[in-house]
Amino acid sequence: MYEQFKAMAELAGNTEVNRFGSKAEVLNFIGEILLKEDVKNAPGFYAVWAESPFFSGVDRNALAVKHSGLKFQVTRELSKNARVGITQMDWGVADTGTLVQDSTMAEQRLASALPLIHIAILGTGNIVEDLPSVMTKVHPCKSPYIAMITGPSKTADIERVLAIGVHGPERLYIVCVDELEGAS
Amino acid sequence: MKRKFTKSINKALRNQNLAGVLDRWNYPATRAKVYEGIDFEALRTQIAEIKGSAAGRLEELAEKFREAAEARGAKVFRANSPKAVKDYIANLCKEKGVKKIVKSKSMASEEIHLNKHLARFGIQADETDLGEWIIQLAHQTPSHMVMPALHLTREEVSDLFSKEVKEPLSNDIQQLVKVARENLREKFFDADLGISGANIAIAETGTLVICTNEGNARLVTTLPKTHVAIVGLEKLVDKYTDAAPILTALPKSATSQLITSYVSMITGPAQNDDGSMKDLHIILMDNRRTAMAKDPKFKEALQCIRCASCLNVCPVYRLVGGHVFGHIYSGGIGTILTAWFNELKTTDDIQGLCIGCGKCREICPGKIDIPGLILEIRRRLASKEGLPFIYRSALSVINNRKVFHAMLRAAYIAQKPFEKDGFIRHMPMFLSGLSQYRSLPAIAPLPFRDLFKKIKQPPSRTKVAFFSGCAIEFVYPRIGEAVVKVLNKAGIEVLFPDAQSCCGIPHWGGGAFDMAALAAVHNIKPLLENDVQYVVTACATCATALKKEWPLLLKDNSMGNLVPDAEIVAAKTIMFSELVNKLIEEKKLIPKDGQKLQTLTYHDSCHARRYAGIYKEPRAALAAAGYELKEMHECDTCCGMGGSYTVKQPEISMQMLKRKLENIEDTGAEIVSAECPGCLIQIAGGLDKSGSKIKALHPAELLEGKFK
Repeated sequence: MYEQFKAMAELAGNTEVNRFGSKAEVLNFIGEILLKEDVKNAPGFYAVWAESPFFSGVDRNALAVKHSGLKFQVTRELSKNARVGITQMDWGVADTGTLVQDSTMAEQRLASALPLIHIAILGTGNIVEDLPSVMTKVHPCKSPYIAMITGPSKTADIERVLAIGVHGPERLYIVCVDELEGAS
Repeated sequence: MKRKFTKSINKALRNQNLAGVLDRWNYPATRAKVYEGIDFEALRTQIAEIKGSAAGRLEELAEKFREAAEARGAKVFRANSPKAVKDYIANLCKEKGVKKIVKSKSMASEEIHLNKHLARFGIQADETDLGEWIIQLAHQTPSHMVMPALHLTREEVSDLFSKEVKEPLSNDIQQLVKVARENLREKFFDADLGISGANIAIAETGTLVICTNEGNARLVTTLPKTHVAIVGLEKLVDKYTDAAPILTALPKSATSQLITSYVSMITGPAQNDDGSMKDLHIILMDNRRTAMAKDPKFKEALQCIRCASCLNVCPVYRLVGGHVFGHIYSGGIGTILTAWFNELKTTDDIQGLCIGCGKCREICPGKIDIPGLILEIRRRLASKEGLPFIYRSALSVINNRKVFHAMLRAAYIAQKPFEKDGFIRHMPMFLSGLSQYRSLPAIAPLPFRDLFKKIKQPPSRTKVAFFSGCAIEFVYPRIGEAVVKVLNKAGIEVLFPDAQSCCGIPHWGGGAFDMAALAAVHNIKPLLENDVQYVVTACATCATALKKEWPLLLKDNSMGNLVPDAEIVAAKTIMFSELVNKLIEEKKLIPKDGQKLQTLTYHDSCHARRYAGIYKEPRAALAAAGYELKEMHECDTCCGMGGSYTVKQPEISMQMLKRKLENIEDTGAEIVSAECPGCLIQIAGGLDKSGSKIKALHPAELLEGKFK
């Protein structure tokens, strides 16, 4: 299922899917992206990381020290000035490469909608087959705001020419973690 | 038709930017690719059931939605009229001191001209969907329901943006998009209120489902503290699970995408980023949708999921665009919605643009008979406003066989000064426009019924009745002759019931259903006079009348007693190529040995392909005889004839013909064939006028003399 998910997600363009066994490996990978994207403690270059189950057992203070500009308070202003946003998604949909999240908390939306780059963490075991299957996992009665995300923000409104990164991220990194299996 | 409207058609035809964009996109191919592995028929049947059932219960579902959404903290307002919606929003703005609004795409707000109304109160409502923002800056209305600024070039967009940001910009699309991002980003943060539409409204949970690719709806529903959603009642579905098939079809049909980049499902207010709760208002807008639901014919149009695929495949839309073919809502479905959301009379002009080719009906994910409903608008306009006197008189003449035939004999004599080799290449004076791009066919010296008497029939136990139709009778009797000779070769005796007359399709297509029913009455008895095995027609348009429309027309015009006979005729009717193919398979017709005939490309007439369902048979029969088939691009796209369409909309008809001729020429084939004399008149006339060497011939002409 992971292979199909990866193939379909990457088909959406400007999307890269990687898989890791442990959280430690994920932290290394994210660290590399933050470095590559020149994340630093200056407006326009922050990274915001919204509340995630992933944090259990992770020393956030140490991370914030290690990566200057990485913020765990996802406010309106910080998100506006962030280059990178990091969130953990609840589900993946294999046949369309879609990420699904209960985004009821505003910070989840701020971190995934405003920055230029979105890093989405997903438990490899939380990939389901298709849309009807994921709709049995999330329900509007429990989640006032459900978000589905497939690839980057895009448009073809001018002459039907594809352009990436209109109002949302122009690049999407999906990081699948085996260690998170069964989470959410 | 008003002169202003004709002018706007001509202006649109000169600007082929939109046609070019749609051609480069190649929607039919990209759509087919994204639907690979999906049973589209099953999917659209499911959607039609879900939406059809909801349309039958609008009142019940609206209340169910209201209860569910209110239970979760939303405020739901049911508005009957556009005014009620505008007043509600204006009052809300006043109450909250709202001065700035950001909007994501909402056709419902376009429908009621909301922005203009709010501007009167000093409220600035900024569109954030890129296409909507572009047309807002251009002070225009959408030309396409999904891609509103499709008619504008990058140069025009660059000019608009340059003016807005007060600095000169390049024509680079990626750069223009960046400029939009930067400029609109501030507006999202400054806005006091966000307005969105919804693609689906789920009654049992009170949920709004919103799809976007740009991500603007996520910001509109997240950053401002108040969110107002304007939802047309037709967006209601009953259950949460009902959303899945619609979400599966919508992006595929709309933009050839598996799924849109973002789908948001909003159920009641969620927290704002400062910890306060969102003030969520949902306006359920009627504006004649419940009246539409009560109309037995038009209820079906509420199955629309607003994918606009009917625009993308429409040969007329792609030539003239949505500012001519539409009014806010564009194209085929737009014509229908306009007739209801505005009033019937506003569609007087635009309904006449539908040529009835049926392409949209084939791909509609809501399974709506769009051309059928436009024809119903035409019928209602005709019975309400009355057909123009001259037009109705002409149709009466066609229905009176003796007068009609006498007139055509007179016309044969009158045409003589203009006729050469069966074509009229130049018409005098005010009629010259008709022969500008296409030579007109001449009326034949001997009508088919007289020619038929000269062909001796072999007595046989297998008898068929031949229904020639007017075009074969008067223009192409040689096609009729070929039909008879090929069938004779198979040992079939052909009868020609003398009392037959026009099939009624011209009346039907003009909205005069009562007269079309009379045409059926004139023909049914004569066709059943003898105990024939088949009623053979070599005209796809007549086949549509005999096979499909006659029983329906009789039923609808209180002549139900004739329906059983009409159904017998329908069951016995067979197209010539269908019968020949059958005879070849049964070895009753055996092609001569080793025939290597010319190369040929086949044009599928709309009536043959999409009404009678015949397209494999003529190809198989022609190939069996030894012709080499070379398929053309868009072989089943309308040639622009459309019966009287070519007279009513000559400019559009000629542009459609031009495209058809280019596709024919590109194959390099020596012959183009079609089993529809109407198409042959159009295509042969076009080829003659352009001096092409390609011949347009009927399958019967090509098959005559090719069997042992």
